[in-house]
Amino acid sequence: MSDFPDLKSGLTGDEKRACSITIANRAFVVSFVLIGATYILLILGMLIADGAYVFEQSKSKARKSPHFWASMMSDNPIAVSLRDPKIQYSIWLSMISCTLAAILSVLFAVPLGYVLSRIPFRGRNFVDAFLDIPIVLPPLIVGLSLLILFQFAPFKWVARSIVYQIPAVILAQWAVSCAYAVRTMKMTFDQINPRCEQVAISLGCSRFQAFSWVTFPEARLGLLTAFTLAWARSLGEFGPLLIFAGATRMKTEVLSTSVFLEMNVGNIEGAVAVSLLMIFASIVVLMITRYASNPSADGKAAVLP
Amino acid sequence: MICLNDVSVHAGPFRLEGIHLVIPSGDYAVLMGKTGAGKTSLLEAIIGFKAVTAGTICLAGRDVTRENPALRGIGYLPQDGALFSTMTVEENLAFALRVRKVDKRRIVSRVRDLAELMGIGQLLSRKPHGLSGGERQRVALGRALAFEPSILCLDEPLSALDSEMREQILQLLLTIKRMKGVTTLHVTHDLGEAARLADRLFRLVDGKVEIADPIPAREVHSQREVQPSVDPCSI
Repeated sequence: MSDFPDLKSGLTGDEKRACSITIANRAFVVSFVLIGATYILLILGMLIADGAYVFEQSKSKARKSPHFWASMMSDNPIAVSLRDPKIQYSIWLSMISCTLAAILSVLFAVPLGYVLSRIPFRGRNFVDAFLDIPIVLPPLIVGLSLLILFQFAPFKWVARSIVYQIPAVILAQWAVSCAYAVRTMKMTFDQINPRCEQVAISLGCSRFQAFSWVTFPEARLGLLTAFTLAWARSLGEFGPLLIFAGATRMKTEVLSTSVFLEMNVGNIEGAVAVSLLMIFASIVVLMITRYASNPSADGKAAVLP
Repeated sequence: MICLNDVSVHAGPFRLEGIHLVIPSGDYAVLMGKTGAGKTSLLEAIIGFKAVTAGTICLAGRDVTRENPALRGIGYLPQDGALFSTMTVEENLAFALRVRKVDKRRIVSRVRDLAELMGIGQLLSRKPHGLSGGERQRVALGRALAFEPSILCLDEPLSALDSEMREQILQLLLTIKRMKGVTTLHVTHDLGEAARLADRLFRLVDGKVEIADPIPAREVHSQREVQPSVDPCSI
């Protein structure tokens, strides 16, 4: 190609090709970055809007008060919400129920994730796919299905002390968050070298000893990730709760229910304030998860020249 | 003594059938074969990770065909070492003794002896992360020898090492061969290793074990040049 110079531009074919490849590569990278950035801006915009809304509300209230800064501090929607006993109850119930749901999730996810990762059996792929059902099922359906399940024995016998009570909150949160924990634990066990366990067995261990002395300690970061993921999932749970646990104030009200109830009574300020509390909790959880799953991942991504 | 009598093993797409193999006590046997010939499957059957479909496996005069791998008393060194990453080198070496509930003081002295033999005395408090390939294999070998097994199974113990490390670990294996008199089965595809170490040489070809004559070391040298230690496709 290079033997035939293009008379008009003075460039050889190879040079022209090199030039067009450079332009095409730049266009490719720029367009992908722009498309990606749009979504990132949307997330950022949503978070900033929540913050700005609360700030504006506080400012307009504080202007009417003689002590501007004192009013800003004490009368802003977040402070008002935090003083509200209903919201205080909802925060406590959220913390306790999410923690219990996360502990339950991990308790079930460790054996289940291990079995799926290590023990070959017929239908393993089917079970693996089956465990995605709580993740893909519409949340309302999960709640409704739980409600229907408690119409039947033996669940029927304890339905009175569970349905529309606090245990229903934990059960509904656990039903969904456990699936995420199982996914995480299976991935964790998949990444741990099974040879280590074999070596431990050859050195005289029972399977349980090999698991508890060798594999489980190696899975501790995955365990932390599974726990925080289940916790965050439980915090955001709403649909199943509404149906299975109800939305009774000072009884089965968790933070997501609070947002819904505040919106229903037209208190958008309150709803946004509670949302900000949840955003804060989610970001903390996200940071823990990211750190736990990959403490030194920065800069390790593959770089194309 | 390792004795395989008419053993059949199913290993994924292929099967090994009617395998006969006898390694007298104290001998160092090398099993050679191409990648995918089933060397590791056979080794796993002896250790007990893979069930045999027919035949019997005897170790030191005992039929262990249906015995749990934990009770067979085989020291096992996998290719990648497979060190316990959450434990220190010392804890790795002490593992088999801890499982056997050996007295703490005896563990300490045994670990010290092992570390000296393996040349890893200065590494005892380190975690496996950050050890070199050679150091890892030393630790893994020490861990396998800790409970003084009468049988040692090595699965390509040198193949992941560079040439200098390979020579060092080879020397270590020769030392252990001289000192301990452990019955050893060493699986490899490297003729050089086989020639330097083997009392007996076996080849796994088309699902059968053949007895091969030990090869003089100088013939091997030219062949080793041709065989790259690292698969070029994996780079």
